[in-house]
Amino acid sequence: MTDFKHIQTAHCENGVTVNLLQQQGLDFLTEPLAFGIGSGLFYIHIPFLKVNAGPAISFRSMPGAIFKRTCKVLDVKVERKKFKSKEVAQQFLDAKVDAGISVGCQVGVFHLNYFPKEYRFHFNAHNLIVFGRDGDDYLVSDPVMETTTRLSREAMEKVRFAKGALAPKGHIYYPVNVGEVTDEMIRKAIAKGINRNVRDMLRIPTKIAGVRGINYTASKVRKWRDQVGPRQGGLFLGQIVRMQEEIGTGGGGFRFLYAAFLEQASERLGNDKLIGISEQITKSGDLWRDSALQMAGIYKGRITEQKDFDHCADIMNEIAAVEKQAFQELSKIKLI
Amino acid sequence: MKKEELPQDKSALDNFTREVCYVKNKDGKYVTDLSEGWEVKSVALDNAWEEIERRTEEAKQKVLNGEASPVLYFLELKLMDLPVLAGYTGFMRWQIKRHMKPSVFKKLSTKKLQNYADVFEVSLEDFKNFNV
Repeated sequence: MTDFKHIQTAHCENGVTVNLLQQQGLDFLTEPLAFGIGSGLFYIHIPFLKVNAGPAISFRSMPGAIFKRTCKVLDVKVERKKFKSKEVAQQFLDAKVDAGISVGCQVGVFHLNYFPKEYRFHFNAHNLIVFGRDGDDYLVSDPVMETTTRLSREAMEKVRFAKGALAPKGHIYYPVNVGEVTDEMIRKAIAKGINRNVRDMLRIPTKIAGVRGINYTASKVRKWRDQVGPRQGGLFLGQIVRMQEEIGTGGGGFRFLYAAFLEQASERLGNDKLIGISEQITKSGDLWRDSALQMAGIYKGRITEQKDFDHCADIMNEIAAVEKQAFQELSKIKLI
Repeated sequence: MKKEELPQDKSALDNFTREVCYVKNKDGKYVTDLSEGWEVKSVALDNAWEEIERRTEEAKQKVLNGEASPVLYFLELKLMDLPVLAGYTGFMRWQIKRHMKPSVFKKLSTKKLQNYADVFEVSLEDFKNFNV
């Protein structure tokens, strides 16, 4: 396949979604639209669960949700497979690729040798596209990379059969049947994505998810200095910053990406009010960046007093208020 | 974030890739731009690695002092936790915890030791005798 078009995006799952669906003729689909239609924006802080010995926080919805929701609402049939046998998994991949079909694969990044070593943790919800074979190499389009890349058969087997939480088990997926997608369908898909995101951010009845989750983390941040000391507390804050800003988020914990979605949604739906909400979400993204800057002061060891931890928490409370206001207003807008 | 405010700080991404960020252009419209990194998060990542090195060194001392088996050291070295190691070895978590005791470790069969050595990507000898 020489005519494969690599598309670089902020986030891997958006990228795979956009690329595979564009190949099927859905040219309108951009990364922000896929993210918004799939209701990708979220916040959750899971207590009692530790990630790399730090707090377990996510700024986005469950892995896999964006692709699944976007395909479903656009009436795209998807074929998925997981495998017990590594041999069968490889044969299946070879057969698809040799038939000229690009496929999405879920992989672990620990053995993903084209990533910098510093980024290779046991994280198993990364996604990439395999679009061809060349000798013993697979041709790979990883949406977070600037160009296409390659993986040997051995390396591919390792990343597809990584172990631990969310183990991919050779998970492979690709669209098989795409019907006609009308403007009306796109508008409905956007409205549905927004409504589901309003629900996720405002109406999940728990204090750990949505805008209340942000306040929950803020209340923890106030206590960390006393509970674990400034050094460990700083490491916890560093973990928040990494979840929020690391490669894949588009900056500001996916908030800028969502603001871009609302801007495109406003054009698609012909509704100017969405621009106002987009600006509020941009403000939230900017505040997340401010908060990261403040947190960095602590984990660099420059400012380590209780008032400095409190300042971080104060910004997070402000973010929660901004996002609450934005999503409440969004819930009142008549979309279609 | 405005396009001109996008940080371009050298980071671990250097020579690998640049990352897509969403920024506003002069007309206030969202566009994508590429960033080489942001110092704020580079430091967070560096700190996380220093912490891993500290924990690995701590585990090494424990093994040398006879307080833990090499399983603990290699678990830290390979950034694993019990669920990850259980996934790769096929052992149960409680079995792995037992294998971390030097007294239990001494009696492990070669087959089990080889299993660990393969997962940790070291030779059986280096694993068993803790040649690190």
